[in-house]
Amino acid sequence: MKLRKTSVAVLFVTTLLSGTAFAQTNLSLWYHGAGNEVESKIINQIVSDFNASQSDWNVVLESFPQTSYNDSVVAAALANNLPDIIDVDGPIMPNWAWSGYMQPLQIDEAKIGKFLPGTKGIWDGKLYSIGLWDAAIALYARKSDLEELGLRTPTLDKPWTKDEFMGALEKAKASGKYKYALDLGMNDQGEWYPYAYSPFLQSFGGDIIDRSGYKTAEGALNGEAALAFGEWWQSLFANGYAPGTSESPADQQNGFIDGSFAFQWNGNWRAVATMAEVDDVVFLPAPDFGNGPTIGAGSWQFGVAATSKHPDGASAFIEFALQDKYLAAFSDGIGLIPSTAAAAQMTKNYKDGGSLAVFYGLSNAQAKIRPVTPGYVVQSKVFTKAMADIANGADVADTLDAAVDEINADIEKNSGYGH
Amino acid sequence: MASKLTRSNGVGWAFAIPAFFLLVVFIILPFFFAFWFSLTNQRLISPNPTEFVGLQNYENLLGVAVITLEPERDADNQIVHDSEGNIAYPRVRTITRSPDFPHYKGMREWFRWQSGDNAKVVVAKDVVFMKALANTMLFVLIIVPLQGGGALGLALLINQKLRGINAFRTIYFMPVVISIVVISLLWRFIYDGDDGLLNNIVSALTLGAFKPIDWLGNKDTALGSIIVMSAWQAMGFHMVIWLSGLQTIPGTLYEVAAIEGSSRWQTFRYVTWPGLRNTAVLVLIVITMQAFALFSQIDVMTKGGPLDSTQTLVFQAVQRGYGKQDISGGSVISVILFFIVLSISLVQRYLTREKR
Amino acid sequence: MALVSEQNRGLRLLSRYLVLALVALVFLFPLVFMVVSSFKPDSQLLADTSSFRAFLPVGDISLDNYVAAFKRAPIGQFMLNSIGVTVITVIVSIAICSVAAFSFVFLNWTGRNILLSVILATLIIPFETIAVPLLLIVSRLPWVGMEGIEWGWLNTYRVQIIPWIVDALTIFLFVQYFKDLPRELIEAARVEGASWMSIYRRVVMPLSGPVLATAAILKSLKMYNEQYLWPLIVVQDEAHRPIMVGLGYFFQLDVAWGELMAYLTLISVPVLAFYLLMQRAFIASIASTGVKG
Repeated sequence: MKLRKTSVAVLFVTTLLSGTAFAQTNLSLWYHGAGNEVESKIINQIVSDFNASQSDWNVVLESFPQTSYNDSVVAAALANNLPDIIDVDGPIMPNWAWSGYMQPLQIDEAKIGKFLPGTKGIWDGKLYSIGLWDAAIALYARKSDLEELGLRTPTLDKPWTKDEFMGALEKAKASGKYKYALDLGMNDQGEWYPYAYSPFLQSFGGDIIDRSGYKTAEGALNGEAALAFGEWWQSLFANGYAPGTSESPADQQNGFIDGSFAFQWNGNWRAVATMAEVDDVVFLPAPDFGNGPTIGAGSWQFGVAATSKHPDGASAFIEFALQDKYLAAFSDGIGLIPSTAAAAQMTKNYKDGGSLAVFYGLSNAQAKIRPVTPGYVVQSKVFTKAMADIANGADVADTLDAAVDEINADIEKNSGYGH
Repeated sequence: MASKLTRSNGVGWAFAIPAFFLLVVFIILPFFFAFWFSLTNQRLISPNPTEFVGLQNYENLLGVAVITLEPERDADNQIVHDSEGNIAYPRVRTITRSPDFPHYKGMREWFRWQSGDNAKVVVAKDVVFMKALANTMLFVLIIVPLQGGGALGLALLINQKLRGINAFRTIYFMPVVISIVVISLLWRFIYDGDDGLLNNIVSALTLGAFKPIDWLGNKDTALGSIIVMSAWQAMGFHMVIWLSGLQTIPGTLYEVAAIEGSSRWQTFRYVTWPGLRNTAVLVLIVITMQAFALFSQIDVMTKGGPLDSTQTLVFQAVQRGYGKQDISGGSVISVILFFIVLSISLVQRYLTREKR
Repeated sequence: MALVSEQNRGLRLLSRYLVLALVALVFLFPLVFMVVSSFKPDSQLLADTSSFRAFLPVGDISLDNYVAAFKRAPIGQFMLNSIGVTVITVIVSIAICSVAAFSFVFLNWTGRNILLSVILATLIIPFETIAVPLLLIVSRLPWVGMEGIEWGWLNTYRVQIIPWIVDALTIFLFVQYFKDLPRELIEAARVEGASWMSIYRRVVMPLSGPVLATAAILKSLKMYNEQYLWPLIVVQDEAHRPIMVGLGYFFQLDVAWGELMAYLTLISVPVLAFYLLMQRAFIASIASTGVKG
């Protein structure tokens, strides 16, 4: 009896909270920005502008903390409870599209012709998601340090070679000025690892998976190039150039700014905050380890859930959000690279001569998206563990072999992931 | 006589059924699902149809073999030594990745030992699982006496008539009421290798003689650090349970012991400890159950690293089931864990049964 | 002679307090660090961890972190959700589990032993290992609401409450406690013709204060402190989120450490207050269940 009373009370509260009725058709939108005030403000602005701009659709925003966003979406997919519009991290998209939880966008290709390549989520020849921004990584350094250590400033046309890069680390270490020569952000054992470090592997000539068919990692992740990469990677930690996996997040946050590190491998999202603290910070392009310099591409993008009954409305919203002014607003707000050159000109940091314009160039010249396969979800985790283990002193060949075995077993378990 | 008086099938079932029904729907049924998943190739999300695979998942997890490696020999049939003077062996990968030995395919070295000139290498199909199993067992074996014993020590300490003793009791109990996730976050600051509070305190106390340790970053100290923190957090709870046991021991027994001139240790050994038997059983069972479920601390503090030194069964089950979308793989671990704990608790029950 | 022993006793008393205080420090220092840090700006907070300043409210002390934390996340809503879910679950749980335990201990019926063994075996199933199947189940369960039958329990309070009502540990606690109650009382009441329900309410419950308190406290700690994975997967709207999921709001690209400490302090306050309030009954009650076994 007690039970019935309480549940009725609970139910009552629930209905009160969820009671909504509008003339327009509601479209639900999920976004990963909960807890980020600036980001929430911009996305809210876009939603209310869109709702005011027409009378068919009313987008309702639900925000999630980024740390658990993917888990929430997958759980909702399992429970058949996805919203109309979802926000998806670029490399994850193929997994959700392949699983049947997303549908292709109904957006005219011409509308996104000028977008940076990394912002387009294409799977199976169809556009599933599109991003308002991209992200890029650079080697943060101080101009004064470069001069003091007698180092050439690398450029996009002439990046550092492996030897130059290692020489720079050695000089920084020998100077005794720094706790570590290089900070790689090793404490963040998530998507950061493949995003930030797999480009090194690619520059050595290896890859997480053999992209010619996405059927095996054999040879790509444990071939000669990969072994050379692995040995090099291990040496960074064994020789004390960089802090390992147990680096405290606090150090990672402040280490470059307070001068504990000579170099930091970091994303453009940290650039604005760093410039505010370090006047002569410069953003250097990735070194070339032999197979061309590479950085990761692909950031958060918008897509439409397969279960959406109003894909036209959902696509209309996404198209609306692709306006240059919103691209610019996100860029100004959180320092990301706007997806179009026109929007870049509207921002304070990425316009010609802007302090971060270099990142736009990096993104254009060096960016390579992560493997476009549904299996990436697993491959990224396997790669992350392998990188952490090697950094902690595990045998390079054995670790990479184990990673290859796990990736291949997973591909087999999934009947080739539809490739 | 009593049975007749209390015999009542209708009411008995009626009273028990609400609880049992909820338990069936929300625990037993999902567990049977998990058991079923463990016999299939079920993925978390996938367009592919689910297939029944029998015990294959179990074989993939539990497969173990021993390989004997003979030393490398040079042209004169002399054993080759490496630069440090150790005997050189061929790499295990020359066997596990060779088409000549298909039955070792996909296996990896777990550990090895020396046997004469040869090396015996234990290879496993799933080394991470094996390490998780070993770590979980180690965790349980250490934390049961540590937490239980520490709590008993606290109880003895607090079981004295002193002014203000309640305040101390409260303080010792405080970590119990705080979420383990919160506690784990705080202890990351404490264990930090560079500026960690623990390193700073110890080095201040030893006037700088102590060399800072990267507690969570070193594979030899990571699991130990997590054990200590876990014991610290829950000790207050078990202290209170011990305390109650202590208070049921009649004071007259202590008076007799005092008159007979027994030492403090003798008093504890022959008066206190026998009186705590039932309490000890309760403490043992509760700590064991909780220890096997170790997850949050790992998730917040180490993610199983460094070098798998803190992998645990539940952490692996979650990582595979959700992270790698391999629900069948995660479920196998869950089922194995269930049977391990079931057999251990049956043994515990047998060992601690009331002898009449 | 008398003087010396007096001195001795004083010394011994002092040394006892010293030991007690040292142990107290061991249990307190992380909590002191948390509270103290919640008043410091990030840069100072992180710098202070290298010295004993970490435990002292010195330097730039302010409530800024609290103000910012409230702006970052709807903390009030989260706390209300958590407290509401906890209170309802605990009350219903105790009612249902104690009635079941009563039946297992005092009533004699067919299937009793098997049922109890099955229930106790569920003690060893960690929740994490059954979360996905459970999600599949609750997403398809029916519910009779004011608008007729609806399907699926996601995004509600009930999905955070009902699956957690019954757990083996609570039943186990009651069973162990009831076993030691004098059976003569129940049989006497039975002879006098009292119904089972009235024996439960009038005879057994009045004797069960300690175990009620223990079960309530254990269950509330579990519901308030440990609800993370489950709400994460069954609750998508912010309005129903509990405090532990709210932690994620503070882990942005840069963790807002000061605000995080403020949040941790805030969510710990209700439990600590509850604990201090209940302290006497609390410890006495946990203690009394320990005797059984």
